[in-house]
Formats: sequence, C-alpha cells, structure tokens
Amino acid sequence: MDIVGFVDNLFADYTLRQVALGAAMLGIVNGVLGSFAVLRKQSLLGDAISHAALPGIVLAFLLTGSKSSLALLLGAAAAGWVGTLLIMSIVKHTRVKYDSALGLVLSVFFGFGLVLLTYIQKLPVATQAGLDKFLFGQAATLLRKDVMTIGVLGGIVLVFLLLFWKEFKLLSFDPDFAFSLGFPVRILDVILTTLLVIAIVIGLQTVGVVLMSAMVVAPAAAARQWTDRLGVMVTVSGIFGALAGVSGALVSSQAARIPTGPTIVLCASAIVLFSLLLAPNRGMAWGFVREQINRRQLQTDAVLGDLYVLANQHQEPGHGHPIEVLRTMAHGHGGVDRSLKVLKERGLVRETGSGEWGLTPLGMEEAGRLSRQWRETS
Amino acid sequence: MTAPQIEIQLIASAVAVSCALPGCFLILRRMAMMSDAISHSILLGIAVGFFVIRDLASPLLVLSAALTGVVTVSLVEILTRTKRVREDAAIGLIFPALFSIGVILISRYAGDVHLDVDAVLLGELAFAPFNRLSALGYDIGPKGLYLMSGILLLNLLFILIFYKELKLSTFDAGLAGALGFSPVVIHYGLMTIVSITAVGAFDAVGSVLVVALMIAPPATAYLITDRLSYLLAASSLIGVICAISGYWVAHALDVSIAGSMATMTGVFFVATFLAAPDRGLVSIFVRRARQRVEFAQTMLLVHLYNHEDLPGEQKENHVDHLHEHQRWKPEFAVRIVAAAERKGTLSRDGELLFLTERGREIARRAIVG
Repeated sequence: MDIVGFVDNLFADYTLRQVALGAAMLGIVNGVLGSFAVLRKQSLLGDAISHAALPGIVLAFLLTGSKSSLALLLGAAAAGWVGTLLIMSIVKHTRVKYDSALGLVLSVFFGFGLVLLTYIQKLPVATQAGLDKFLFGQAATLLRKDVMTIGVLGGIVLVFLLLFWKEFKLLSFDPDFAFSLGFPVRILDVILTTLLVIAIVIGLQTVGVVLMSAMVVAPAAAARQWTDRLGVMVTVSGIFGALAGVSGALVSSQAARIPTGPTIVLCASAIVLFSLLLAPNRGMAWGFVREQINRRQLQTDAVLGDLYVLANQHQEPGHGHPIEVLRTMAHGHGGVDRSLKVLKERGLVRETGSGEWGLTPLGMEEAGRLSRQWRETS
Repeated sequence: MTAPQIEIQLIASAVAVSCALPGCFLILRRMAMMSDAISHSILLGIAVGFFVIRDLASPLLVLSAALTGVVTVSLVEILTRTKRVREDAAIGLIFPALFSIGVILISRYAGDVHLDVDAVLLGELAFAPFNRLSALGYDIGPKGLYLMSGILLLNLLFILIFYKELKLSTFDAGLAGALGFSPVVIHYGLMTIVSITAVGAFDAVGSVLVVALMIAPPATAYLITDRLSYLLAASSLIGVICAISGYWVAHALDVSIAGSMATMTGVFFVATFLAAPDRGLVSIFVRRARQRVEFAQTMLLVHLYNHEDLPGEQKENHVDHLHEHQRWKPEFAVRIVAAAERKGTLSRDGELLFLTERGREIARRAIVG
C-alpha cells in the first residue's frame, strides 16, 4: 500500500482512527511513566504488574458480569496494585530478594488468572468470550468508549505527574535526600507506583498482559540515550511511546493474523535499536567514530614524537629517516603512512628523499612542545 | 485413580523437580527474572526450529529452543555491557522483542498447524497422556514423561557433578574465579540447563508457569533453611507437593492444571511466609511479644535493685509508681509484676515490691552486662 493511500485511509477509516488514537495515548502515558520506572531500576516491575492484572480482569468480569472497559480496568488496576504491594512486603519482611519476589508474584498471579479464565469458560455465560484478547492485545476491538476511558485515565495520570513533578524527580534521583528534606517518601513512592499501575492497565486491551512491560521499558530506554535531562527524557519517551503504539497498531490492522501487542513491541524495539546506535553523544556508532578519531590523533602524535627522538640523536634536526624505521618504532599502533600525510599537510614534516622523512623547523617546535607537555602530565 | 491421572501427576512432578533444582541457583544468584526471559524467548526458537524442521515432535526443536534461551542470556549481557541500559532494563527489552517475533511468526505462518501461541503460553497437561511413545509395537507410556525424566536426570547429573563449582561461584564468584573455576563457564552451563528445562516444561505447563515452578518452590524453601543441600531437597519436595495438590484442585474445579499448580506454589509460599519457624511472620510476632515482656521484667528488676535499701524505696518500689517511672500503662505494669512473681524473681508485700535472691542476681547481671 502506498503512503498517501495509507494516510488517506487512516483519516477516513473510523475504526483505524480510534485504534491509532488509543494506541497513541497509551504510548504517551506509558512512555512518560516508564521513564520514572527505568530510572528507579524498576524496569521489570511493569512485567509483574501487567501479569498480575490478569486475575483482576477476570474477577471484575465475574463480579460485575460486564465487559465494559472501565470495570475490567479497575479490576486489573486493583490486582496489579495488590501484586505490587505484595512484592514490596515480601522484600521487606523476608530475605527473598527483589527479583525472586517479582518472578513469584508475576507467575503466581498469572497462574491464578488462568485458573479463573478456564473457570469462566465453563460458565453458561454467552458473553465471556473475548477476555483472552487481554493476553496478546487486540487493537481492532478498541471501541470509542474504550478510547475515551484510556484518554480520561491517562489524562488523570499525567495531571498527577505534573502536580508532583518536583517530588517525583527528587524521589527518582535521591530518595534519601528527599527524606531528609521532610518529604513523605513512602507515600510518594506509593503514588508514583499507583500511577504506573494505571498506565500499564490502560494498555492491556491493546498490547496484552504478556508484552505490556515492553511499553514501559522500551520508550524510556530509547529516550534515555538522547538526553541527560529528566524533562526532555520524559517528553521524548512519550513521543516514542506514541510512535510505537500508532505504527504498531496500524501495521497490525492492515494485515490478517498479526497480533497487535507483538507488533507494537517490535516497533518500540526498533526505536530502541535506532537510539542505541545513533543517538547523538550516547549512541554507540558515535562512540565508535570518536574512538577512531582519538586513535588516529594519538598515532599521529606518536609518529611526530618518534621523529623528534630520531632528530635529537642526529646533528642535523632536519635529517631524513627511512619510513621503515618509523614503522618499526610505531610497532603496535601503526598508521604511519596516514600520520605522515596528515603531518605533511600541517607542515610539520617533509619528505627529504624517496621514502625518507624529517621534521621541519615548525615540526621540531611542535614536537618539542608536545614532549614537554607529555613529561608534565606523566 | 486412572492411569492417565497417575501419568499426569508423574509428569507434573518431574516438571516440578526439574524446575526447582536450577531455580534454587537462580534465586541465590539474583537472576530469577532470567527464567522469565528465557521461558518467553524460547518461543522464537521453537517457531524458527519448526519452520526449518517442519516437525513438531523433533528433538532438534528442543535443541534450537534451548539455544535461543542461551542467546537471550548473552544478548542481555551484551546490552548491559554497552553501559547504555541497566541489566533489568536490558532483560525487559530483549525478551519481549524475541517473544514478539516468535508470536508473529507463529500466528502469521503457522496458523493451521498444531502450534498455537496459547498452548505455548498456557500449556495443556491434560493432553500429555494422549501423546504416547511406543517401542517394538508396545505402548510404553506418554512421551512427555520420558522427555521430562530425561531432563530431570540431566539436571540432577549437572548439579551433582558441578555441585562444588556451582556452590562456590554462587556464593563467592570472585573466589571461584581466583581458584580457577571459571564463573563464566558455570554461568552458561546453568543457563543452558535452565533453557533446556524451560523448553521441556513449557510443553506441559506453559512458559509463564515455568517461572512459577522455578521461583516459588525455591523461594519458599529459602524461608526455612540455610543450607544449599537442604534448599535443593526442600524445594524439590515443595515442588512435587504443589504439582500434585495443584492437579487435584484443577481436577475438582475443572480448571487449567498449570494455572492451578502455579496458584498452589503461591499458596505454599504465603503459608510458609506466615507460619515458617523462626522467620515466619507469626513466629516473629510471637517472639517480639515475648521479648517485650521479658525485657520489661528485667527492667523492673533493675529498677527495684537500684532503689533497694535506699531512702526512697517506699515510694519508688510501689506498684502504683511503675507506670509513672517506667512509663507503663497500669494494665501492662500489673501483667509484668504478675509474670515476674510467677517466675519467683520478686515478692510482693501489699503494694510494695521486693526482689528475691534470684531477682537480685538477674538485675545484677543485667547491669554488668
């Protein structure tokens, strides 16, 4: 499908528009909250919360008998919240470590969710079908009121985040300092975690419980590569989340049998990969380039230094030396020919005969300055 | 019990023990979430293996899946080593990506084959007895039982042979390295074992519940023992109990066997968390209450001792004075005095308290320390 037709379709097709809108909003909210989770080393908490939400969804359906997204989301949020509290209290009261507590709550809650899910499948309720879409997400089932629910809940989360911005920032970077200033650290921690629970829960219908954690981690991990400022990171992370959500939801709605959740996750992973490689400053490609430039600079300086040593061993400073001698002296770092070319361009060396190189007066001066500098620093 | 029921319980028990053994080392090494990552990403290995081999029953499938598990571990390590993301975030990035590729491959290209995502994720133990192995024309039992017994044997051998190395590198990786046991080799050996176990077990219990069986029984045993050998034995036992009780609960309610087994592991953990000797919440609570009473008694004796035969004794060692001096509530003071009297550390003359010889001795010792 060509791009124009695709964009046309996007704005003309009502369902597609709903899906894109819902995915964008959940992407923004999760990207924003995920930034805090990643900075607070709670990347995997999202995994536990989303899995723990499953029994809540099924219980909410069992109790209310309705499949309205608000009821199911409240159930999911309640279960996710209980799971988080359990993790915290296991870590606090036993010697079981954080990672084990996460794995324990995640798998046990999910298992209990499966028990409930298989239980209601036996009930004579005709409408129970469709709950299993929460496993992998089904963006196509997003209705207008689902999108409204996502929007309202997501909006509330973002408003709270702005209200407590300063407190959450302090909590994320230096909780001890926050405590010493008299902030109620425990309460703030619970509020921030609750916001994370809500953010995750609103994405469950689209992305599914199994993969929702990636929507928390991936946009934030990608955004982290672009900046060192929290405000910028949160904004960029929200944009990345929206981008992943919209592109994933649209791609999956274009072809049959492509589940939405995995597609969104792959879009988010692509953004992470791109950021890891190409983000300015922290990107690994730039790191590689910087390393090459540094190495070349050092090689050039070393060749200049070798010529200086040779010059000092002879009467006449400008005396030429065979390139083979320089290559032997440069054993281990190489790049002699390239270095000589660079030095010649800078007017520091000249070719005195065929394959013989010597320092120019300017080169003598520069090499002397470098050697004094090395002596001082070493 | 019918034969299929016995077979299901045997398979479930083999899965539980196979998972619990490497699980002990995972929780001690703080790598519990690695089991989550591995058990998800092996789906990709199964999908790719299936497209290459075109046979769901091939043992090569197990191999390719186990390989994906090890690849996941190395990818997480490579990503962590770039220092661009922390380890937990690296886990959270790698396995959803691999799992997603697996899910898309399966649902897009293998829709008609008997390989669907729900089965991978949820497992269906109830069907295990139908898949039978025959030799020389005789039916010799369900395939799953042989597969899991083989994996169980492998895990047992690995742990028995490398017990010393595993123990040392788990508790003191630095020392292990210095003594010449490569912690890296042990690490990857363990990860291979975890991957193979996850592949074998996912068929029976599904990938998420592999995590339950790997983490919950060892975490439960960890609450009651301090010795590695006991930890391994106790978590295997707990795993088997969870598996069998889980099966019968599922049978009674007609629900998912795997889910019910996972739920039982949670129930056992919570029960142990509350009732474990020494470290359980209940025994901590009881111990604190007892210590509070004992400490209060000692304080009372010290107080009496300090004022014994001094001018203020009449006032200070008066029952009514205690709540003022020790800041005790009157009821608590009465309780403590009664307890001390019962123990024979003080005697009471009307409202006045006197130390017995034993009480004086305890007070003296408490002061000297």
